[in-house]
Amino acid sequence: MALKINAETCTACTACEPECPNVAIRAKGGTYVINPDKCTECEGQFDEPQCVAVCPVDDCITEV
Amino acid sequence: MSNTAFVSIRDLQRGRPAVSAIPETVASGGCSTGGGEGKASCGSSDGPADMPAEIWAKVKDHPCYSEEAHHHYARMHVAVAPACNIQCNYCNRKYDCSNESRPGVVSAKLTPDQAVKKVLAVASEIPQMTVLGIAGPGDALANPKKTFETFRRLQEEAPDIKLCLSTNGLALPEMVDEICKYNIDHVTITINMVDPAVGARIYPWIFWQHRRVTGIEAATILHRQQMLGLEMLTARGVLTKVNSVLIPGINDEHLIEVNREVKKRGAFLHNIMPLISEAEHGTVFGLTGQRGPSAQELKAVQDACMGGANLMRHCRQCRADAVGLLGEDRSDEFTADKVEQMEVVYDLDRRRAYQQQVEVTRRAQHAARQAAEAAATAAPAADFNVLVAVATEGQGKVNQHFGHATEFQIYELSAGRATFVGHRRVDLYCQGGYGEDEQLPSIVSAINDCHAVLVAKIGACPRDELLAAGIEPVDAYAHEFIESAALAWFGDYCARVARGDLVHQARGDARIRQGAYTAAAAAVTADTAS
Repeated sequence: MALKINAETCTACTACEPECPNVAIRAKGGTYVINPDKCTECEGQFDEPQCVAVCPVDDCITEV
Repeated sequence: MSNTAFVSIRDLQRGRPAVSAIPETVASGGCSTGGGEGKASCGSSDGPADMPAEIWAKVKDHPCYSEEAHHHYARMHVAVAPACNIQCNYCNRKYDCSNESRPGVVSAKLTPDQAVKKVLAVASEIPQMTVLGIAGPGDALANPKKTFETFRRLQEEAPDIKLCLSTNGLALPEMVDEICKYNIDHVTITINMVDPAVGARIYPWIFWQHRRVTGIEAATILHRQQMLGLEMLTARGVLTKVNSVLIPGINDEHLIEVNREVKKRGAFLHNIMPLISEAEHGTVFGLTGQRGPSAQELKAVQDACMGGANLMRHCRQCRADAVGLLGEDRSDEFTADKVEQMEVVYDLDRRRAYQQQVEVTRRAQHAARQAAEAAATAAPAADFNVLVAVATEGQGKVNQHFGHATEFQIYELSAGRATFVGHRRVDLYCQGGYGEDEQLPSIVSAINDCHAVLVAKIGACPRDELLAAGIEPVDAYAHEFIESAALAWFGDYCARVARGDLVHQARGDARIRQGAYTAAAAAVTADTAS
Protein backbone atom coordinates (compact mmCIF):
# COMPACT_ATOMS: atom_id res chain seq x y z
CA MET A 1 0.00 0.00 0.00
CA ALA A 2 1.75 3.11 -1.20
CA LEU A 3 1.37 6.18 -3.38
CA LYS A 4 3.59 7.42 -6.17
CA ILE A 5 4.22 10.81 -7.75
CA ASN A 6 3.99 11.15 -11.52
CA ALA A 7 7.31 12.75 -12.45
CA GLU A 8 5.84 13.96 -15.76
CA THR A 9 3.22 16.19 -14.15
CA CYS A 10 4.90 17.03 -10.81
CA THR A 11 5.82 20.73 -10.75
CA ALA A 12 8.20 20.31 -7.81
CA CYS A 13 6.23 22.92 -5.89
CA THR A 14 7.34 21.23 -2.64
CA ALA A 15 3.89 21.43 -1.02
CA CYS A 16 3.62 17.69 -0.30
CA GLU A 17 7.01 17.16 1.30
CA PRO A 18 6.41 18.75 4.72
CA GLU A 19 2.84 17.40 4.92
CA CYS A 20 3.85 13.73 4.88
CA PRO A 21 3.49 12.32 8.42
CA ASN A 22 5.92 9.51 7.57
CA VAL A 23 8.68 11.64 6.07
CA ALA A 24 8.42 9.46 2.99
CA ILE A 25 8.75 12.23 0.37
CA ARG A 26 12.04 13.65 -0.85
CA ALA A 27 13.43 15.59 -3.81
CA LYS A 28 15.04 13.55 -6.55
CA GLY A 29 16.21 14.67 -9.97
CA GLY A 30 14.19 17.89 -10.15
CA THR A 31 10.98 16.25 -8.97
CA TYR A 32 9.77 14.42 -5.84
CA VAL A 33 9.49 10.73 -5.01
CA ILE A 34 7.67 8.75 -2.32
CA ASN A 35 9.48 5.94 -0.52
CA PRO A 36 6.99 3.04 -0.79
CA ASP A 37 8.41 1.40 2.30
CA LYS A 38 7.50 4.40 4.42
CA CYS A 39 4.19 5.41 2.76
CA THR A 40 1.03 4.36 4.62
CA GLU A 41 -1.37 6.39 2.44
CA CYS A 42 -1.99 8.11 5.79
CA GLU A 43 -4.23 5.21 6.85
CA GLY A 44 -5.06 5.60 10.53
CA GLN A 45 -3.33 8.98 10.58
CA PHE A 46 -5.58 11.31 8.58
CA ASP A 47 -8.88 11.13 6.71
CA GLU A 48 -7.12 11.41 3.36
CA PRO A 49 -3.55 11.07 2.10
CA GLN A 50 -1.98 14.43 2.89
CA CYS A 51 0.14 14.65 -0.25
CA VAL A 52 -2.89 14.07 -2.50
CA ALA A 53 -4.95 16.64 -0.59
CA VAL A 54 -2.36 19.42 -0.98
CA CYS A 55 -1.11 18.63 -4.51
CA PRO A 56 -2.18 21.29 -7.03
CA VAL A 57 -1.98 18.95 -10.04
CA ASP A 58 -4.95 16.63 -10.63
CA ASP A 59 -4.05 12.91 -10.59
CA CYS A 60 -0.35 13.57 -10.08
CA ILE A 61 -0.21 11.37 -6.98
CA THR A 62 -1.91 7.96 -7.32
CA GLU A 63 -1.77 4.44 -5.90
CA VAL A 64 1.13 2.27 -7.02
CA MET B 1 -26.35 35.28 -3.54
CA SER B 2 -26.70 38.28 -1.33
CA ASN B 3 -25.10 40.90 -3.51
CA THR B 4 -28.20 42.59 -4.81
CA ALA B 5 -27.26 46.02 -3.54
CA PHE B 6 -24.43 46.49 -6.01
CA VAL B 7 -24.48 48.52 -9.15
CA SER B 8 -23.37 47.11 -12.46
CA ILE B 9 -20.26 48.11 -14.32
CA ARG B 10 -22.48 49.80 -16.85
CA ASP B 11 -24.01 51.95 -14.11
CA LEU B 12 -20.56 52.81 -12.88
CA GLN B 13 -19.50 53.89 -16.33
CA ARG B 14 -22.54 56.16 -16.51
CA GLY B 15 -21.21 57.85 -13.42
CA ARG B 16 -23.61 56.51 -10.84
CA PRO B 17 -22.04 57.03 -7.42
CA ALA B 18 -21.35 53.70 -5.79
CA VAL B 19 -19.65 54.45 -2.54
CA SER B 20 -21.53 56.77 -0.30
CA ALA B 21 -20.62 57.99 3.17
CA ILE B 22 -18.53 55.13 4.40
CA PRO B 23 -18.16 55.09 8.16
CA GLU B 24 -14.54 55.31 9.21
CA THR B 25 -14.39 52.70 11.92
CA VAL B 26 -10.68 52.06 11.92
CA ALA B 27 -8.24 54.82 11.22
CA SER B 28 -5.47 53.14 9.30
CA GLY B 29 -3.30 56.19 9.16
CA GLY B 30 -3.54 55.94 5.40
CA CYS B 31 -3.58 58.76 2.93
CA SER B 32 -7.25 59.41 3.29
CA THR B 33 -7.26 60.21 6.96
CA GLY B 34 -7.62 63.82 6.02
CA GLY B 35 -11.17 62.99 4.92
CA GLY B 36 -12.78 64.29 1.79
CA GLU B 37 -12.88 62.39 -1.44
CA GLY B 38 -10.47 59.55 -1.97
CA LYS B 39 -7.27 59.92 -3.84
CA ALA B 40 -6.33 58.08 -6.93
CA SER B 41 -3.33 56.50 -5.34
CA CYS B 42 -1.33 56.87 -2.24
CA GLY B 43 1.60 59.21 -2.43
CA SER B 44 0.57 60.56 -5.78
CA SER B 45 -0.68 63.76 -4.27
CA ASP B 46 0.92 65.78 -1.54
CA GLY B 47 2.67 62.91 0.16
CA PRO B 48 3.98 63.77 3.62
CA ALA B 49 1.18 66.21 4.32
CA ASP B 50 -1.41 63.44 3.93
CA MET B 51 -0.29 61.06 6.61
CA PRO B 52 1.51 60.69 9.91
CA ALA B 53 5.30 60.94 9.66
CA GLU B 54 5.94 57.33 10.66
CA ILE B 55 3.64 56.05 7.90
CA TRP B 56 5.21 58.36 5.32
CA ALA B 57 8.64 57.04 6.32
CA LYS B 58 7.45 53.52 5.60
CA VAL B 59 5.94 54.21 2.19
CA LYS B 60 7.94 57.04 0.69
CA ASP B 61 10.60 54.87 -0.99
CA HIS B 62 8.35 51.90 -1.62
CA PRO B 63 7.47 51.67 -5.32
CA CYS B 64 4.40 49.53 -4.65
CA TYR B 65 2.97 51.67 -1.84
CA SER B 66 3.71 55.08 -3.32
CA GLU B 67 2.81 55.97 -6.87
CA GLU B 68 5.31 58.81 -6.82
CA ALA B 69 8.08 56.51 -5.57
CA HIS B 70 7.46 54.01 -8.34
CA HIS B 71 8.95 56.40 -10.89
CA HIS B 72 12.21 56.44 -8.96
CA TYR B 73 12.73 53.37 -6.78
CA ALA B 74 13.02 49.71 -7.72
CA ARG B 75 11.93 46.47 -6.13
CA MET B 76 12.73 42.83 -6.47
CA HIS B 77 11.07 39.54 -5.68
CA VAL B 78 12.85 36.30 -4.85
CA ALA B 79 11.06 33.07 -5.73
CA VAL B 80 11.75 31.02 -2.61
CA ALA B 81 8.13 30.02 -1.95
CA PRO B 82 6.85 27.51 -4.52
CA ALA B 83 4.21 25.72 -2.42
CA CYS B 84 0.64 26.93 -2.03
CA ASN B 85 -2.17 26.02 0.34
CA ILE B 86 -5.13 26.98 -1.84
CA GLN B 87 -6.19 26.65 -5.48
CA CYS B 88 -7.40 29.69 -7.42
CA ASN B 89 -9.24 29.42 -10.71
CA TYR B 90 -7.01 32.12 -12.23
CA CYS B 91 -3.78 30.38 -11.30
CA ASN B 92 -2.06 27.45 -12.92
CA ARG B 93 0.70 26.29 -10.70
CA LYS B 94 2.25 24.16 -13.40
CA TYR B 95 3.95 27.46 -14.06
CA ASP B 96 3.84 30.55 -11.91
CA CYS B 97 1.04 32.15 -9.97
CA SER B 98 -0.66 34.39 -12.52
CA ASN B 99 -1.75 36.66 -9.73
CA GLU B 100 1.76 37.78 -9.05
CA SER B 101 3.60 36.73 -12.17
CA ARG B 102 3.28 36.64 -15.85
CA PRO B 103 1.65 33.31 -16.49
CA GLY B 104 3.61 30.67 -18.30
CA VAL B 105 7.03 31.82 -17.25
CA VAL B 106 8.84 29.12 -15.34
CA SER B 107 10.98 30.99 -12.88
CA ALA B 108 13.98 29.38 -11.31
CA LYS B 109 13.15 28.58 -7.71
CA LEU B 110 15.75 29.76 -5.25
CA THR B 111 16.97 28.45 -1.93
CA PRO B 112 17.20 31.06 0.83
CA ASP B 113 20.96 31.05 0.34
CA GLN B 114 20.70 31.76 -3.40
CA ALA B 115 18.03 34.36 -2.71
CA VAL B 116 20.19 36.29 -0.25
CA LYS B 117 23.11 36.31 -2.66
CA LYS B 118 20.87 37.55 -5.46
CA VAL B 119 19.46 40.35 -3.31
CA LEU B 120 22.93 41.55 -2.37
CA ALA B 121 24.02 41.42 -6.02
CA VAL B 122 21.02 43.44 -7.17
CA ALA B 123 21.42 45.92 -4.30
CA SER B 124 24.97 46.59 -5.47
CA GLU B 125 24.08 46.95 -9.15
CA ILE B 126 20.80 48.83 -8.71
CA PRO B 127 21.27 51.15 -5.71
CA GLN B 128 17.73 52.49 -6.04
CA MET B 129 16.41 48.99 -5.20
CA THR B 130 14.87 49.62 -1.80
CA VAL B 131 12.35 46.82 -1.44
CA LEU B 132 12.54 43.03 -1.35
CA GLY B 133 9.36 41.00 -1.50
CA ILE B 134 8.54 37.33 -1.29
CA ALA B 135 5.53 36.80 -3.48
CA GLY B 136 5.56 33.17 -4.41
CA PRO B 137 5.40 31.66 -6.95
CA GLY B 138 3.14 29.87 -4.43
CA ASP B 139 2.22 31.50 -1.13
CA ALA B 140 4.91 33.10 1.04
CA LEU B 141 3.29 31.81 4.24
CA ALA B 142 2.75 28.28 2.92
CA ASN B 143 6.58 28.07 2.86
CA PRO B 144 7.33 29.59 6.27
CA LYS B 145 10.77 28.03 6.75
CA LYS B 146 12.20 29.31 3.46
CA THR B 147 10.42 32.65 3.65
CA PHE B 148 11.50 33.53 7.17
CA GLU B 149 15.02 32.14 6.76
CA THR B 150 15.45 34.52 3.80
CA PHE B 151 14.07 37.46 5.80
CA ARG B 152 16.21 36.65 8.85
CA ARG B 153 19.42 36.68 6.86
CA LEU B 154 18.54 39.79 4.88
CA GLN B 155 17.73 41.67 8.05
CA GLU B 156 21.31 41.00 9.12
CA GLU B 157 23.11 41.41 5.81
CA ALA B 158 21.13 44.19 4.12
CA PRO B 159 19.51 46.12 6.94
CA ASP B 160 18.46 49.10 4.79
CA ILE B 161 16.22 47.05 2.50
CA LYS B 162 12.51 47.02 3.29
CA LEU B 163 11.04 43.54 3.54
CA CYS B 164 7.57 42.61 2.43
CA LEU B 165 5.55 39.56 1.56
CA SER B 166 2.31 38.67 -0.11
CA THR B 167 -0.12 35.97 0.87
CA ASN B 168 -3.61 34.63 0.25
CA GLY B 169 -4.20 35.05 3.98
CA LEU B 170 -5.14 31.47 4.88
CA ALA B 171 -2.13 30.96 7.16
CA LEU B 172 -1.80 34.62 8.08
CA PRO B 173 -3.25 34.76 11.64
CA GLU B 174 -0.85 32.11 12.94
CA MET B 175 2.12 33.84 11.29
CA VAL B 176 1.54 37.43 12.38
CA ASP B 177 3.94 37.24 15.34
CA GLU B 178 6.67 35.78 13.15
CA ILE B 179 6.08 38.53 10.56
CA CYS B 180 6.55 41.21 13.20
CA LYS B 181 9.75 39.56 14.45
CA TYR B 182 11.56 40.36 11.19
CA ASN B 183 10.37 43.97 10.91
CA ILE B 184 8.29 43.17 7.87
CA ASP B 185 6.25 46.30 7.68
CA HIS B 186 4.39 45.72 4.42
CA VAL B 187 2.11 42.75 3.82
CA THR B 188 -0.09 42.20 0.78
CA ILE B 189 -3.17 39.99 1.08
CA THR B 190 -5.03 38.86 -2.01
CA ILE B 191 -8.71 39.25 -1.16
CA ASN B 192 -11.13 38.68 -4.03
CA MET B 193 -14.36 38.44 -2.03
CA VAL B 194 -16.04 39.05 1.30
CA ASP B 195 -18.98 36.76 0.46
CA PRO B 196 -18.24 33.00 0.47
CA ALA B 197 -20.83 32.48 -2.29
CA VAL B 198 -18.63 34.64 -4.54
CA GLY B 199 -15.53 32.94 -3.18
CA ALA B 200 -16.80 29.48 -4.11
CA ARG B 201 -16.67 30.53 -7.76
CA ILE B 202 -13.03 31.63 -7.45
CA TYR B 203 -11.47 29.03 -5.12
CA PRO B 204 -12.16 25.34 -5.86
CA TRP B 205 -10.38 24.19 -2.68
CA ILE B 206 -8.16 25.03 0.24
CA PHE B 207 -5.88 22.77 2.29
CA TRP B 208 -6.92 23.36 5.87
CA GLN B 209 -6.11 21.41 9.02
CA HIS B 210 -5.03 18.33 7.11
CA ARG B 211 -8.10 18.27 4.87
CA ARG B 212 -8.87 19.42 1.37
CA VAL B 213 -11.94 21.61 1.89
CA THR B 214 -14.10 22.66 -1.08
CA GLY B 215 -17.03 24.91 -1.97
CA ILE B 216 -18.70 27.40 0.35
CA GLU B 217 -17.01 25.86 3.39
CA ALA B 218 -13.57 26.54 1.88
CA ALA B 219 -14.43 30.12 0.97
CA THR B 220 -15.94 30.71 4.43
CA ILE B 221 -12.75 29.58 6.18
CA LEU B 222 -10.55 31.59 3.80
CA HIS B 223 -12.65 34.72 4.27
CA ARG B 224 -12.54 34.37 8.06
CA GLN B 225 -8.75 33.94 8.05
CA GLN B 226 -8.23 36.88 5.68
CA MET B 227 -10.30 39.29 7.77
CA LEU B 228 -8.72 38.10 11.03
CA GLY B 229 -5.21 38.35 9.59
CA LEU B 230 -5.87 41.86 8.27
CA GLU B 231 -7.21 43.01 11.64
CA MET B 232 -4.22 41.51 13.48
CA LEU B 233 -1.74 43.24 11.18
CA THR B 234 -3.54 46.57 11.56
CA ALA B 235 -3.48 46.19 15.35
CA ARG B 236 0.30 45.70 15.19
CA GLY B 237 0.90 48.67 12.91
CA VAL B 238 1.94 46.65 9.85
CA LEU B 239 0.95 48.37 6.62
CA THR B 240 -1.31 46.22 4.47
CA LYS B 241 -2.16 46.27 0.81
CA VAL B 242 -5.10 44.28 -0.46
CA ASN B 243 -4.88 42.87 -3.97
CA SER B 244 -8.11 41.97 -5.73
CA VAL B 245 -8.40 40.30 -9.10
CA LEU B 246 -11.29 41.83 -11.05
CA ILE B 247 -13.20 38.93 -12.63
CA PRO B 248 -16.08 40.25 -14.80
CA GLY B 249 -19.40 38.63 -13.91
CA ILE B 250 -18.04 37.08 -10.71
CA ASN B 251 -16.72 39.80 -8.41
CA ASP B 252 -16.75 43.06 -10.38
CA GLU B 253 -19.33 45.04 -8.45
CA HIS B 254 -18.61 42.94 -5.37
CA LEU B 255 -15.15 44.56 -5.19
CA ILE B 256 -16.80 47.76 -4.00
CA GLU B 257 -17.99 45.80 -0.96
CA VAL B 258 -14.51 44.28 -0.60
CA ASN B 259 -13.04 47.79 -0.68
CA ARG B 260 -15.41 48.90 2.05
CA GLU B 261 -14.73 45.90 4.29
CA VAL B 262 -10.94 46.04 4.00
CA LYS B 263 -10.88 49.77 4.63
CA LYS B 264 -12.95 49.19 7.74
CA ARG B 265 -10.28 46.78 8.95
CA GLY B 266 -7.43 49.18 8.35
CA ALA B 267 -6.10 48.25 4.90
CA PHE B 268 -3.73 50.97 3.76
CA LEU B 269 -4.06 50.43 0.03
CA HIS B 270 -6.37 48.52 -2.31
CA ASN B 271 -5.03 47.28 -5.62
CA ILE B 272 -7.70 46.18 -8.09
CA MET B 273 -6.04 44.24 -10.90
CA PRO B 274 -7.47 42.86 -14.13
CA LEU B 275 -7.89 39.09 -14.45
CA ILE B 276 -5.24 37.65 -16.74
CA SER B 277 -6.92 34.80 -18.55
CA GLU B 278 -5.97 33.04 -21.77
CA ALA B 279 -6.63 29.42 -22.71
CA GLU B 280 -2.91 28.80 -23.21
CA HIS B 281 -2.22 29.58 -19.55
CA GLY B 282 -4.13 26.41 -18.66
CA THR B 283 -6.02 28.04 -15.79
CA VAL B 284 -9.64 27.08 -15.05
CA PHE B 285 -10.76 30.57 -16.08
CA GLY B 286 -8.58 30.44 -19.18
CA LEU B 287 -10.08 27.11 -20.22
CA THR B 288 -13.68 28.05 -19.47
CA GLY B 289 -13.39 31.26 -21.48
CA GLN B 290 -13.81 33.60 -18.52
CA ARG B 291 -12.67 36.93 -19.92
CA GLY B 292 -10.71 39.68 -18.22
CA PRO B 293 -12.02 43.26 -18.00
CA SER B 294 -11.47 45.99 -20.57
CA ALA B 295 -9.45 49.05 -19.59
CA GLN B 296 -12.54 51.16 -19.03
CA GLU B 297 -14.31 48.40 -17.04
CA LEU B 298 -11.30 48.23 -14.74
CA LYS B 299 -11.21 52.00 -14.40
CA ALA B 300 -14.94 52.13 -13.67
CA VAL B 301 -14.61 49.75 -10.73
CA GLN B 302 -11.50 51.58 -9.49
CA ASP B 303 -13.25 54.93 -9.77
CA ALA B 304 -16.31 53.57 -7.93
CA CYS B 305 -14.04 52.66 -5.01
CA MET B 306 -12.66 56.20 -4.67
CA GLY B 307 -13.55 57.35 -1.22
CA GLY B 308 -12.97 53.90 0.21
CA ALA B 309 -9.51 52.48 0.84
CA ASN B 310 -6.80 54.21 -1.17
CA LEU B 311 -6.40 52.70 -4.59
CA MET B 312 -3.19 51.56 -6.13
CA ARG B 313 -3.25 51.90 -9.89
CA HIS B 314 0.38 51.44 -10.79
CA CYS B 315 0.60 47.70 -10.16
CA ARG B 316 2.29 45.78 -12.96
CA GLN B 317 1.26 42.32 -11.74
CA CYS B 318 4.90 41.45 -11.85
CA ARG B 319 6.57 38.08 -11.79
CA ALA B 320 7.54 36.38 -8.55
CA ASP B 321 11.18 36.95 -9.57
CA ALA B 322 10.96 40.45 -11.05
CA VAL B 323 13.86 42.88 -10.64
CA GLY B 324 13.94 46.61 -11.32
CA LEU B 325 11.61 49.57 -11.57
CA LEU B 326 7.94 48.65 -11.84
CA GLY B 327 7.29 48.22 -15.53
CA GLU B 328 10.82 47.07 -16.30
CA ASP B 329 12.28 43.67 -15.63
CA ARG B 330 16.01 43.18 -15.31
CA SER B 331 15.80 39.64 -13.94
CA ASP B 332 17.74 38.36 -16.98
CA GLU B 333 20.82 40.14 -15.64
CA PHE B 334 20.59 38.27 -12.36
CA THR B 335 20.10 34.61 -13.19
CA ALA B 336 21.54 32.12 -10.70
CA ASP B 337 24.57 31.48 -12.93
CA LYS B 338 25.35 35.17 -13.36
CA VAL B 339 24.90 35.93 -9.66
CA GLU B 340 27.23 33.05 -8.83
CA GLN B 341 29.98 34.74 -10.85
CA MET B 342 29.44 38.26 -9.55
CA GLU B 343 31.71 39.78 -7.00
CA VAL B 344 29.23 41.31 -4.64
CA VAL B 345 30.18 44.26 -2.51
CA TYR B 346 27.32 45.53 -0.41
CA ASP B 347 28.21 49.17 0.03
CA LEU B 348 25.64 50.89 2.21
CA ASP B 349 27.23 54.35 1.87
CA ARG B 350 27.22 54.14 -1.91
CA ARG B 351 23.57 53.10 -1.89
CA ARG B 352 22.64 56.02 0.39
CA ALA B 353 24.58 58.51 -1.75
CA TYR B 354 22.81 57.28 -4.89
CA GLN B 355 19.42 57.39 -3.21
CA GLN B 356 20.06 61.00 -2.20
CA GLN B 357 20.49 61.83 -5.88
CA VAL B 358 17.23 60.02 -6.65
CA GLU B 359 15.55 62.10 -3.95
CA VAL B 360 16.73 65.33 -5.66
CA THR B 361 15.09 64.27 -8.94
CA ARG B 362 11.98 63.21 -7.13
CA ARG B 363 11.63 66.52 -5.31
CA ALA B 364 12.11 68.34 -8.61
CA GLN B 365 9.30 66.28 -10.15
CA HIS B 366 7.09 67.01 -7.16
CA ALA B 367 7.75 70.76 -7.38
CA ALA B 368 7.19 70.79 -11.15
CA ARG B 369 3.89 69.03 -10.66
CA GLN B 370 2.69 71.46 -8.02
CA ALA B 371 3.68 74.44 -10.14
CA ALA B 372 1.95 72.98 -13.20
CA GLU B 373 -1.22 72.23 -11.25
CA ALA B 374 -1.27 75.72 -9.77
CA ALA B 375 -0.83 77.25 -13.23
CA ALA B 376 -3.48 74.99 -14.75
CA THR B 377 -5.98 75.78 -11.99
CA ALA B 378 -5.64 79.47 -12.86
CA ALA B 379 -6.62 78.77 -16.48
CA PRO B 380 -10.29 78.64 -17.55
CA ALA B 381 -11.75 75.27 -16.53
CA ALA B 382 -12.59 72.67 -19.14
CA ASP B 383 -15.83 70.78 -18.58
CA PHE B 384 -14.36 67.47 -19.72
CA ASN B 385 -11.62 65.05 -18.66
CA VAL B 386 -9.25 63.32 -21.06
CA LEU B 387 -6.75 60.50 -20.79
CA VAL B 388 -3.23 60.72 -22.20
CA ALA B 389 -0.64 57.99 -22.63
CA VAL B 390 2.96 58.75 -21.65
CA ALA B 391 6.17 57.01 -22.75
CA THR B 392 8.64 57.13 -19.88
CA GLU B 393 11.67 55.20 -18.77
CA GLY B 394 11.66 56.57 -15.23
CA GLN B 395 12.54 59.72 -13.26
CA GLY B 396 8.99 60.92 -13.77
CA LYS B 397 9.77 62.37 -17.19
CA VAL B 398 8.47 62.09 -20.75
CA ASN B 399 11.73 60.55 -21.86
CA GLN B 400 11.10 57.52 -24.02
CA HIS B 401 10.89 57.04 -27.78
CA PHE B 402 7.46 55.83 -28.88
CA GLY B 403 9.04 52.82 -30.53
CA HIS B 404 10.92 51.78 -27.40
CA ALA B 405 7.95 51.78 -25.05
CA THR B 406 6.96 48.44 -23.55
CA GLU B 407 4.18 50.17 -21.67
CA PHE B 408 2.46 53.53 -21.53
CA GLN B 409 1.51 55.27 -18.31
CA ILE B 410 -2.00 56.69 -18.38
CA TYR B 411 -2.85 60.06 -16.84
CA GLU B 412 -6.30 61.53 -16.45
CA LEU B 413 -6.35 65.28 -17.01
CA SER B 414 -8.98 67.60 -15.67
CA ALA B 415 -8.96 71.26 -14.79
CA GLY B 416 -5.80 71.75 -12.75
CA ARG B 417 -5.06 68.09 -12.09
CA ALA B 418 -3.02 65.34 -13.69
CA THR B 419 -3.75 62.02 -12.01
CA PHE B 420 -1.98 58.75 -12.70
CA VAL B 421 -4.74 56.20 -13.38
CA GLY B 422 -2.93 53.18 -14.75
CA HIS B 423 -0.65 51.76 -17.36
CA ARG B 424 -0.98 49.74 -20.55
CA ARG B 425 1.49 47.10 -21.54
CA VAL B 426 2.37 46.89 -25.23
CA ASP B 427 4.75 44.81 -27.27
CA LEU B 428 7.84 46.62 -28.43
CA TYR B 429 6.88 48.53 -31.52
CA CYS B 430 10.39 49.22 -32.61
CA GLN B 431 13.12 46.60 -32.43
CA GLY B 432 16.43 48.02 -33.52
CA GLY B 433 15.50 51.18 -35.31
CA TYR B 434 12.75 50.20 -37.69
CA GLY B 435 9.06 49.96 -36.94
CA GLU B 436 7.16 46.74 -37.19
CA ASP B 437 3.99 47.93 -38.79
CA GLU B 438 1.84 44.96 -37.84
CA GLN B 439 2.25 45.78 -34.14
CA LEU B 440 1.03 49.33 -34.41
CA PRO B 441 -2.70 48.53 -34.51
CA SER B 442 -2.36 46.59 -31.26
CA ILE B 443 -0.70 49.58 -29.60
CA VAL B 444 -3.53 51.76 -30.83
CA SER B 445 -6.06 49.35 -29.29
CA ALA B 446 -4.18 49.46 -25.97
CA ILE B 447 -4.37 53.26 -25.72
CA ASN B 448 -7.53 53.77 -27.75
CA ASP B 449 -9.23 55.61 -24.88
CA CYS B 450 -6.52 58.30 -24.89
CA HIS B 451 -6.63 61.63 -26.70
CA ALA B 452 -2.87 61.99 -26.99
CA VAL B 453 0.36 60.12 -26.48
CA LEU B 454 3.31 62.06 -25.03
CA VAL B 455 6.71 60.81 -26.19
CA ALA B 456 10.33 61.93 -26.39
CA LYS B 457 10.37 61.18 -30.09
CA ILE B 458 8.28 59.42 -32.72
CA GLY B 459 8.79 58.36 -36.33
CA ALA B 460 6.75 59.72 -39.25
CA CYS B 461 4.95 56.47 -39.97
CA PRO B 462 3.50 55.75 -36.51
CA ARG B 463 2.72 59.46 -36.22
CA ASP B 464 0.41 59.27 -39.23
CA GLU B 465 -1.19 56.03 -38.02
CA LEU B 466 -1.94 57.50 -34.59
CA LEU B 467 -3.40 60.65 -36.12
CA ALA B 468 -5.61 58.49 -38.34
CA ALA B 469 -6.85 56.70 -35.22
CA GLY B 470 -7.62 60.07 -33.58
CA ILE B 471 -4.76 59.95 -31.07
CA GLU B 472 -2.50 63.01 -31.13
CA PRO B 473 1.24 62.19 -31.03
CA VAL B 474 3.04 64.85 -28.96
CA ASP B 475 6.82 65.23 -28.79
CA ALA B 476 6.88 68.92 -27.89
CA TYR B 477 7.42 68.18 -24.20
CA ALA B 478 10.33 65.75 -24.50
CA HIS B 479 12.31 65.27 -21.26
CA GLU B 480 9.94 67.42 -19.20
CA PHE B 481 8.30 66.11 -16.03
CA ILE B 482 5.17 64.14 -16.84
CA GLU B 483 2.54 66.13 -14.94
CA SER B 484 3.71 69.52 -16.17
CA ALA B 485 4.00 68.22 -19.73
CA ALA B 486 0.55 66.65 -19.62
CA LEU B 487 -1.11 69.73 -18.14
CA ALA B 488 0.65 72.03 -20.62
CA TRP B 489 -0.63 69.87 -23.48
CA PHE B 490 -4.11 69.84 -21.94
CA GLY B 491 -4.10 73.64 -21.66
CA ASP B 492 -3.15 73.87 -25.31
CA TYR B 493 -5.81 71.29 -26.26
CA CYS B 494 -8.52 73.20 -24.40
CA ALA B 495 -7.39 76.45 -26.07
CA ARG B 496 -7.67 74.83 -29.50
CA VAL B 497 -11.15 73.55 -28.64
CA ALA B 498 -12.15 77.01 -27.39
CA ARG B 499 -10.86 78.63 -30.60
CA GLY B 500 -12.81 76.12 -32.65
CA ASP B 501 -9.66 74.62 -34.21
CA LEU B 502 -10.97 71.20 -33.27
CA VAL B 503 -14.04 69.63 -31.74
CA HIS B 504 -13.63 67.70 -28.49
CA GLN B 505 -14.92 64.17 -28.85
CA ALA B 506 -15.10 61.34 -26.34
CA ARG B 507 -12.84 58.35 -27.00
CA GLY B 508 -13.80 54.67 -26.93
CA ASP B 509 -12.59 51.82 -24.74
CA ALA B 510 -9.18 50.16 -24.79
CA ARG B 511 -8.06 46.58 -24.59
CA ILE B 512 -5.90 45.31 -21.74
CA ARG B 513 -3.13 43.54 -23.57
CA GLN B 514 -2.85 39.96 -22.43
CA GLY B 515 -0.97 38.90 -25.52
CA ALA B 516 1.94 41.04 -24.44
CA TYR B 517 2.33 38.90 -21.36
CA THR B 518 2.25 35.67 -23.29
CA ALA B 519 4.54 36.89 -26.08
CA ALA B 520 7.14 37.98 -23.55
CA ALA B 521 6.66 34.76 -21.63
CA ALA B 522 7.11 32.67 -24.75
CA ALA B 523 10.36 34.45 -25.50
CA VAL B 524 11.67 33.80 -21.99
CA THR B 525 10.54 30.17 -22.07
CA ALA B 526 12.25 29.67 -25.41
CA ASP B 527 15.45 31.20 -24.00
CA THR B 528 15.38 28.95 -20.98
CA ALA B 529 14.78 25.87 -23.13
CA SER B 530 17.65 26.56 -25.49
